[in-house]
Amino acid sequence: MVAIPSRHKSLALLGGVLLAQVLLLAVQIKKDSRGRLIRVWAVSAASPFERGGAWGFGKVRGVWDHYFALRTTSRENEALRVENDALKLTIAQLQAKAAEADRLAAILSFKEAHASAPMLAARVIAVSAGTESRTIEIDRGERDGVTRNMGVITPDGAVGKVIAVYRDTSQVLLLTDKEGGAGAMLMNTRTQGPVGGTGEPTMVMKYVATEDEVKVGEQIVTSGMDKIFPRDIPVGTVLEVKNGNPFKQIRVQPAAKLDRLETVIVLLSQAPVDFPKDADSQNPQTGAQNSSATAPTAEKP
Amino acid sequence: MNETYELRAGETHIEVHKFYPGAILIVAAAALVLQASMPVYVPNLSILDLPLLVTIYFGLSRRNPSTGLLLGTAIGLAQDALSGPTVPLGFYGIAKTVIGFLASSIGAKLDTEHPAARFALIFGFFVLHQAILVLVRRLLLAQPEPWFNVHLAIAAGVNAVVGTVMFVGLDRLRRNS
Repeated sequence: MVAIPSRHKSLALLGGVLLAQVLLLAVQIKKDSRGRLIRVWAVSAASPFERGGAWGFGKVRGVWDHYFALRTTSRENEALRVENDALKLTIAQLQAKAAEADRLAAILSFKEAHASAPMLAARVIAVSAGTESRTIEIDRGERDGVTRNMGVITPDGAVGKVIAVYRDTSQVLLLTDKEGGAGAMLMNTRTQGPVGGTGEPTMVMKYVATEDEVKVGEQIVTSGMDKIFPRDIPVGTVLEVKNGNPFKQIRVQPAAKLDRLETVIVLLSQAPVDFPKDADSQNPQTGAQNSSATAPTAEKP
Repeated sequence: MNETYELRAGETHIEVHKFYPGAILIVAAAALVLQASMPVYVPNLSILDLPLLVTIYFGLSRRNPSTGLLLGTAIGLAQDALSGPTVPLGFYGIAKTVIGFLASSIGAKLDTEHPAARFALIFGFFVLHQAILVLVRRLLLAQPEPWFNVHLAIAAGVNAVVGTVMFVGLDRLRRNS
């Protein structure tokens, strides 16, 4: 007697036989250039799980990296912050040294460019202790040939005059001091008038008649009439002009950076010192803004 | 050994037929050989699918789904092997496995001895067989294949007629009860 298999058995057998033949087909068939069909099927079937696995692994790794693995981050952050501060300090020191080197190079270049005019480079070693006076102290004195009323400049322009001389140091009265000043004139019109300090960062130009034409931004240079500065050394630029009676009220922006002096030049004589003419002085607006920008050009021979 | 068995399906008694030893093997082999050789001499005879008719017949007669599907598998794979390198092994095998299983399953529930029933079953199985082949070509092999055409309908009718006649002849191979 032959046993008749159950229907479930038959279905299982059917499924198994069909699957075996499908695989047999897959092993034989090559699909285009993608290899055997079974490989294409296998890759197609596995790739969703692989992608899902990669996505899940990436998520788990992201959670781990961004949440659980942050235990040492605080310490690392603190160490990096300290290191960052140290690096910032180092950078600041290097920048200061680079700036000083630039200044010294500018002074040297200026001196070499004016070899015929005896001058002496000096380092600013102190500034006035009070707010009532605007003076600086330089490291050159009698032993270096410095005397009273010698002009002091930078490659940017006039700074002031020597008012006291000691053995190894001297005191310089800045143009911006209430007692400071220099004989000056408008560069374009050659209108003369003394420029003096007010105790403020800016200066005033006096005794310019109301009818004289003065443009904001116009450059002002020394006139040489004060017997301290030679002619045509930049003093500043016109910052503001108001009509008055009988003279204009002219506010002047100093050409030299008087609040940031570190190295200056002491003029040992009244010999002329040639400053290149600033082309921008023809343009009042830009001339006012770029008055200090004339310095680099002044350094060039 | 008993020559027939009886399956009880409700009130209907359906016989499970046995055949002379080697009859199934010889008939299947003959069908495969004829299928491969006849079209050489009479090309139009390629419209017949003798291995399919044999699979249907023995499935309906034996009425055992497991043996029916295995017989269909064997005949189908043999037909694949004889069909040349362009037909992959399993192409006819899959289709005839399903037909063998269904024929056995239907044969276990219905009386398939009447010629009209046989004609209808052969016609239906032929169409289903062709549908499976198209499915395999389209889905598994990614090859274009039309779902239905007039030739298929004619072939189904011709095979149904030939099969109905052939089944009468094959009935003689049964052992008498």
